[in-house]
Amino acid sequence: MPFGLLFVILSIKIGSRVTTDPQELALLEGLAKNDKQAIETIYKLQFGMVQSLIINNNGTADDARDIFQEGIIVLYEKVKSGSFELNCQIKTYLYSVCRRLWLKRLQQMQKYRGEIGAIADTVQIEEEIESHEERNLEFGHMEQAMMNLGEPCKSLLEAYYLQKKNMSEIAGHFGYTNADNAKNQKYKCLMRLKKLFFAQYKKR
Amino acid sequence: MEEILLLDTIERFVRGEMEPAEEAAFEDLRRANPAVDQLVVEHTIFLSQLNIYGDHKNLRGSLHDTHNHLMETGEIKVEVPKTKVVDMFKKYRKVWSVAAAVAGVTAITISGLVAYFTPRTTPNVEQLVNTKVRAMENRLNRKIDAEVKPTKAPVDIPLKSGGTSFLIDPRGYLVTNAHVVKSASTILVQNNKGQEFKVKLVRVDNDRDLAILKIEDADFKEFLSLPYGFKKTGADLGEQIFTLGFPRDEIVYGEGYMSAKTGFNGDTMSCQIAVAANPGNSGGPVFNKNGEVIGILSTRQLQAQGFVFAVTANNIFRTIEDVRKEDSTTHLKISNNTSVKGMDRVQQIKKIEDCVFLVKIY
Repeated sequence: MPFGLLFVILSIKIGSRVTTDPQELALLEGLAKNDKQAIETIYKLQFGMVQSLIINNNGTADDARDIFQEGIIVLYEKVKSGSFELNCQIKTYLYSVCRRLWLKRLQQMQKYRGEIGAIADTVQIEEEIESHEERNLEFGHMEQAMMNLGEPCKSLLEAYYLQKKNMSEIAGHFGYTNADNAKNQKYKCLMRLKKLFFAQYKKR
Repeated sequence: MEEILLLDTIERFVRGEMEPAEEAAFEDLRRANPAVDQLVVEHTIFLSQLNIYGDHKNLRGSLHDTHNHLMETGEIKVEVPKTKVVDMFKKYRKVWSVAAAVAGVTAITISGLVAYFTPRTTPNVEQLVNTKVRAMENRLNRKIDAEVKPTKAPVDIPLKSGGTSFLIDPRGYLVTNAHVVKSASTILVQNNKGQEFKVKLVRVDNDRDLAILKIEDADFKEFLSLPYGFKKTGADLGEQIFTLGFPRDEIVYGEGYMSAKTGFNGDTMSCQIAVAANPGNSGGPVFNKNGEVIGILSTRQLQAQGFVFAVTANNIFRTIEDVRKEDSTTHLKISNNTSVKGMDRVQQIKKIEDCVFLVKIY
């Protein structure tokens, strides 16, 4: 997606009135590309902070991992949406998001006992959290639909739509005699997936 | 096949893979055919959802891998939660230490005070020494002044406490409780007529709570004999007893009965009697109805009424034997003969009261 990426980079550049740290920008660009190196760097730098927050507020190490990864996803969505005006450091942003997410989790578990963390929200993230939840729901619908689809349809569609393989490659991999056959099969699978997905999507 | 082709076309359209001419034609088709348009909209939503799903799935995969990888390399670690107790301890360390210090000092002070004010041998009983003697002294002095007799009390030392003692030997040997004469610098005894005599401490027996005194005063006239004797064998339960003592500056008579053959906590050296006893009665004689000495009134229980304890008379014999062993020149002897036997109580007391003395401790 060269266009999308360019757009992301542009938008960071445009919104970079405050974000002047080139290192942080590079990390965000990397994250948008799902770059392993960038993700690893962010992980190394920020995970300890979030883990301390969770563990010292009724959480476990597993909770910390879930919340941190969800926080990264929120950051990723923000970068992908192209509206990422970085008016704070990645650290501050992640802390605020994870704190908010953990508070919500605690409230759901009815364990919440007042304010947690040393600082209140320094970054306005309420909207992002909401849209993230929306997206999580949609992700859940798609995941559910995929699960219900079953093999080999799931793998076939994932190969075509997610891994962007072409039809002749897929035909070879899945043992179809030719690309047209594979295309035929893909169409049937897609119709079923759409049916499953929209059944849930429209239910809301 | 037509549907497959249509979908393929839509997908190419959504992805922007069409040539401009083809795209324009397709736009026309969308406008002309609402069903196609509907399909395009639907598929656009679906494909974007599918894309997001793919992206997120990839990202989640990467995050998961990264987490595991960093855990393996040790670049991130599972944090051990700080327990709240430790947190509080750290936070309030100073407060804790101050509180602990205060508590420690308080505990030591209280235990010290308790230890200081508690009688060492019998913690639940009260020794019947009269320590509220200031008023008593004044009246005593007035009484003495009236008879124009100079006091023998030391000029510059105040009267500390008072008790009772009585003669065991007509030549001027007295017995009282050891706790009466405890911490005395000067001891005087005074009879019921207000005469004072200087005494010497002959022996203090703390184990039996007995003390032997000797009057060493020119004013003292030796008795020929004592009206009462001493009974080694003690008394039976229910036997009538009476006491004489100086809870105040006047000799006070008390009457009661033998309640138990042992004293506080089963102490076999003493017995329990039922009699009114007050501070100052300590060291006073306990007589049976014949006028024989069966004990020396010493303590009473603090928490209960009517539990008064007396050291039994056989302890006097033992203490006297100890004195004899140490100093063979003291011809101290006590008799078993009781001359007041068979008299009525008033006569008995008239005979006995001259032999009972107020002990004044300076």
